[in-house]
Amino acid sequence: MTATSTTASPATADNGVNVEALLGARQALSEAPEGAQFKWRASNEWLHGTHSKSSVESYYGLGADHDHRSAFTFEADHPLVFGAEDNAATPVELVLVGLASCLTAGVAAVAQNRGIQLRSVKATLEGDMDILGILGGDPEVRNGFSGVRVAYDIEADATPEEVRGLVAQSQKRSAVYDILTNPTNVTVEVR
Amino acid sequence: MMTTVVVIGAGHSGLAVSHFLSQRSIDHVVLERGEVAWSWRTQRWDSLRLLTPNWQSRLPGLCYGGDDPDGYMTMPEVVEFISGYARLIDAPVLTGAAVASVRRGPGGAGYVIDTERGRFECEAAVLATGGFGRPKVPDLGEPLPAGVAALSPFEYRRPEGLDPGGVLVVGASATGVQIADEVQRSGRPVTLAVGEHVRMPRLYRGRDVFWWMERSGLLDERYDEVDDIVRVRRTPSPQLAGTPERATLDLNALTDAGVRLAGRLGAVRGGKALLSGSLPNKCELADLKLNRLLDAFDEWAASAGTGNGAGDVGPPERFEPTRTPPSLPLELDLASGEIATIIWATGFVPDYSWLDIDVLDRRGRIRHDGGVVTGSPGLYVIGLNFLRRRKSSFIHGAEDDAQDLVAHLAAHLDSLTRT
Repeated sequence: MTATSTTASPATADNGVNVEALLGARQALSEAPEGAQFKWRASNEWLHGTHSKSSVESYYGLGADHDHRSAFTFEADHPLVFGAEDNAATPVELVLVGLASCLTAGVAAVAQNRGIQLRSVKATLEGDMDILGILGGDPEVRNGFSGVRVAYDIEADATPEEVRGLVAQSQKRSAVYDILTNPTNVTVEVR
Repeated sequence: MMTTVVVIGAGHSGLAVSHFLSQRSIDHVVLERGEVAWSWRTQRWDSLRLLTPNWQSRLPGLCYGGDDPDGYMTMPEVVEFISGYARLIDAPVLTGAAVASVRRGPGGAGYVIDTERGRFECEAAVLATGGFGRPKVPDLGEPLPAGVAALSPFEYRRPEGLDPGGVLVVGASATGVQIADEVQRSGRPVTLAVGEHVRMPRLYRGRDVFWWMERSGLLDERYDEVDDIVRVRRTPSPQLAGTPERATLDLNALTDAGVRLAGRLGAVRGGKALLSGSLPNKCELADLKLNRLLDAFDEWAASAGTGNGAGDVGPPERFEPTRTPPSLPLELDLASGEIATIIWATGFVPDYSWLDIDVLDRRGRIRHDGGVVTGSPGLYVIGLNFLRRRKSSFIHGAEDDAQDLVAHLAAHLDSLTRT
């Protein structure tokens, strides 16, 4: 993590995050908490082998359905070493992508709120996995990550301590970080 | 019985209110469910001492007079201090008068309070029952397996009262770290589930951390001066203990004592406690916050110079970052016998079960502006976390809050007589 040591002026920092809208939403939704109930959605269709395509089009929130500006699609597959065709990233890599995207969005929002101008934010992620778990080769081994490491390289008009504070606060308010670190009830049904 | 003001609760806050009411010759009674300082007598574990040093234990017109100003009062000493105060100010306390209900009077005028010792009708009421009415226990989704005992801090007394075997202490604020420490030292292996917490050294630059907070003005910070009062009021108690050794009791100290650290307890599923992997972040947040606090102390000491006693403090210090285990336990099998006892050190909430007035928000918190209850003229609350100032929940915080609220109350009574 690198940081320059000049002090930012809150009035001039512009990371492109509309903090006023976020703070306004927090205030409004604290008073009308039913509007804060969101539902995020995705659909998925098998293509061939381990290759599938997911689509994200709409979500529910603020009491109504909303369409994204366009439908977004994401493909996933398994790698060649699994005997698959490697047409796309593996699902667990998409999990890392989700975590990185969430934390980086948080860094930008927290920096904006604290008046810190960002120059560059880069993250690299690595997740450890013993694949004997998913292969059913060792019942003691879990399927998922045994650990995930995220490393940020950040250049900003802030002290190193302030930059650490951005990253810490981003984790504190991150949905995907919470999803990965805490249990979540998941039900899967067949229709 | 008719009286002008009823104060509910004869702890330090209620008695401080009584003092200022008497000073203004306002007729009142202090209702107490048990005896004076009842929570301190009945709802505290044996080894507990105040977090604040003796020199800071003061109430309006009473200062600590003992020979150990830097020590920390035991519970019997706190009970004697508060009881002595009740005698000193000759407070009109009615003991054994547990309140069954508080409601608005006929036509919305004044208040009617039913107690074990009869009905009281008054023009104003002060709720001084404190912020520790009942332990807050999280909803974990399923009951604990049979064979695991669960205790709240109200039920816990001493390690020897627990089954032999492992103990899961949930929560790492003042209560959790103190109980984890003494249970571990009793030979029962402790796992401590740690969520958001406030790290503090007992001593900083040779002085008690409360000396720094008081002298630098932090404890006098007002509720209408802070950015986000809702968040500040939810801040957990600091990781502190009052011990004769004046030792720091942070997570590193607990690790050194053999306590196993784990993340926040998220759920119990299939008899297993699921623990969060977020501990490094919680520790990083607490370390950063601690350093900001120490920065503020250092800045104050530099600007205060030799006046204010800041001249004879030691050099600035920074403490070792919190060590977290490289591999955190994410699951505890509660049915395996490894854990014999769970202790819920997950905080406390005020108990308003007897309050029959619509002044609570959707979380059950009383709506108030610095202790002046919103939407119910003549109703006041005192002794809650950051009620009017950062020091509000401490014994020495009662004085300024009681003085302010009694002034408001007296003006309210005046307005009644004018109309």
